[in-house]
Amino acid sequence: MNKRFLKEKLIRAGFFVTALVSVLVLGMIMVFLFSQGLPIFDQVSVGRFIFGTQWYPTAEPPDFGILPLIAASVAVTAVSSLIAIPLGVTTAVYLAEIASPRMRGFFKPVVEMLAALPSVVIGFFGMVVFAPFLLEQLDLLTGLNLLNASIMLAFMSVPTICSISEDAIYSVPAELKEASLALGATHWQTIYRVIVPAALSGISTAVILGMSRAMGETMVVLMVAGGASLIPGSLFDPVRPMPASIAAEMAEAPFHSEHYYALFAIGVVLFLFTFLFNICADYIAGRHKQVGAATL
Amino acid sequence: MKEQIKIRAKNLNFYYTDFLALSEVSLDFFPHQATALIGPSGCGKSTFLRCINRMNDLIPGVRVEGSLCLDGQDIYGPKVDVVEIRRRVGMVFQKPNPFPKTIFENVAYGLRVNGGRDREALSRRVEESLRLSALWDEVKDRLDQSALGLSGGQQQRLCIARALAVRPEVLLMDEPASALDPIATQKIEELIHELKKRFTIIIVTHSMQQAARVSDRTAFFYMGRLIEVGNTETIFTYPRHKQTEDYITGRFG
Ligand SMILES: Nc1ncnc2c1ncn2[C@@H]1O[C@H](COP(=O)(O)OP(=O)(O)O)[C@@H](O)[C@H]1O
Ligand SMILES: [Mg+2]
Repeated sequence: MNKRFLKEKLIRAGFFVTALVSVLVLGMIMVFLFSQGLPIFDQVSVGRFIFGTQWYPTAEPPDFGILPLIAASVAVTAVSSLIAIPLGVTTAVYLAEIASPRMRGFFKPVVEMLAALPSVVIGFFGMVVFAPFLLEQLDLLTGLNLLNASIMLAFMSVPTICSISEDAIYSVPAELKEASLALGATHWQTIYRVIVPAALSGISTAVILGMSRAMGETMVVLMVAGGASLIPGSLFDPVRPMPASIAAEMAEAPFHSEHYYALFAIGVVLFLFTFLFNICADYIAGRHKQVGAATL
Repeated sequence: MKEQIKIRAKNLNFYYTDFLALSEVSLDFFPHQATALIGPSGCGKSTFLRCINRMNDLIPGVRVEGSLCLDGQDIYGPKVDVVEIRRRVGMVFQKPNPFPKTIFENVAYGLRVNGGRDREALSRRVEESLRLSALWDEVKDRLDQSALGLSGGQQQRLCIARALAVRPEVLLMDEPASALDPIATQKIEELIHELKKRFTIIIVTHSMQQAARVSDRTAFFYMGRLIEVGNTETIFTYPRHKQTEDYITGRFG
């Protein structure tokens, strides 16, 4: 009896420790991120860092204004969302509601495979296929620009948006659909008046996670965004989103130099953005949890 | 006499892929009457009911043979508009299934999908429907609140109001009170008494007492076949078939 009790306790403790590992790792990374990022603010004020428009970290004296990088990240995320949200949500509606089982069996794995594409492959595609295409078609100075990066990022967030939205749409109770059809609504009316609204919290979560993915993605923007630290004025300007800056410069920034601290501080800002996205996703998912036929 | 028949099923067969769920069902329904469909679980009552508003169309692989007419027009005819059939034949489901919308929007839904935009006319019809389903007094001050906040019985009456709002000619009810408590059930039954003055009502029920209380005619189904149909009183006092008698006296194996 006593032995069994002890064993039970040990098992519990074992699971607790394993669960604790991820919490600890997260905590350690956070502490590290902040400890390496905050020292830059001894040199530059927070306001000048965030709102400064000049990013010349290696000039003499250096300039650490990351507004162009923030603007670039926000711009590529926004433009890619404009492309990915309609595409992802429409595909999800098609898969969950319209496609025949055979079509669904074909499309769903294809969309999921898109998610499995390594981002470096998408970046490569953007670089050697899409950039020359843009250059030729639109007579630009460079094909590596905001538009190219946004389209490549859209490829990456469509699968996220699509598969989470599809789950949400698919799990709308059949009773609601039947209720609508029984009232003489057409299939299309049922989709946009009942099914999509009932799945809206899931769809919003999907959209936010997709945007969060686009904002944090590094390889694609490093390869195809163009790399100029300018506040973008048009879709065809080359830009330098935050992750691209960190990845490109970290290797050359001397350990514990101002530049090094500044890059970590960019990491902090980036983290705050994606953290905000995730909070929003959680909040929306929690708020409209109750859909469908109510309890009695 | 022919005009008097609202719905006529003639030699109706229904298949779920290969499974014959209804076999040679011939049954007439008359206006301003409530007809109860009774029979043991799995005998095809719901299947039959869902044939009438073509709800079974949603299930892949189903097949219908024979004829099923609404006012003499074949419901499964080649030129039939399913949406039009469903507007004329309303349905109330076993489990209350209000939309996660406001009470007002639930009732107005059928009108909106029918192109109703005039707020004034919508309001009038919503009130009329809610009064008809005896829910008006309970909800008139909270029309803009979510329907999911209502009790189960209120939700079911809301679903009835929602069906009535499009002014159907026939109302199908599939065990509408099976998920409700006795008081809510009684309210629904009283409601059916009122409604049958204006509509043709077909109600599936597993409760013999309920069939006896609300219906004018009763049809007994067994294993996908219609065993007998007649005046409710006659069926319950002098059933002609042994199976019917066994079922209504609760001696069913
Ligand atoms: N979607 C379906 N696919 C296959 N068989 C079904 C389906 N729905 C019902 N059935 C079968 O059809 C028969 C009649 O079912 P149903 O009409 O629901 O019975 P009842 O409402 O009288 O309890 C049952 O044997 C049931 O298993
Ligand atoms: Mg049933």
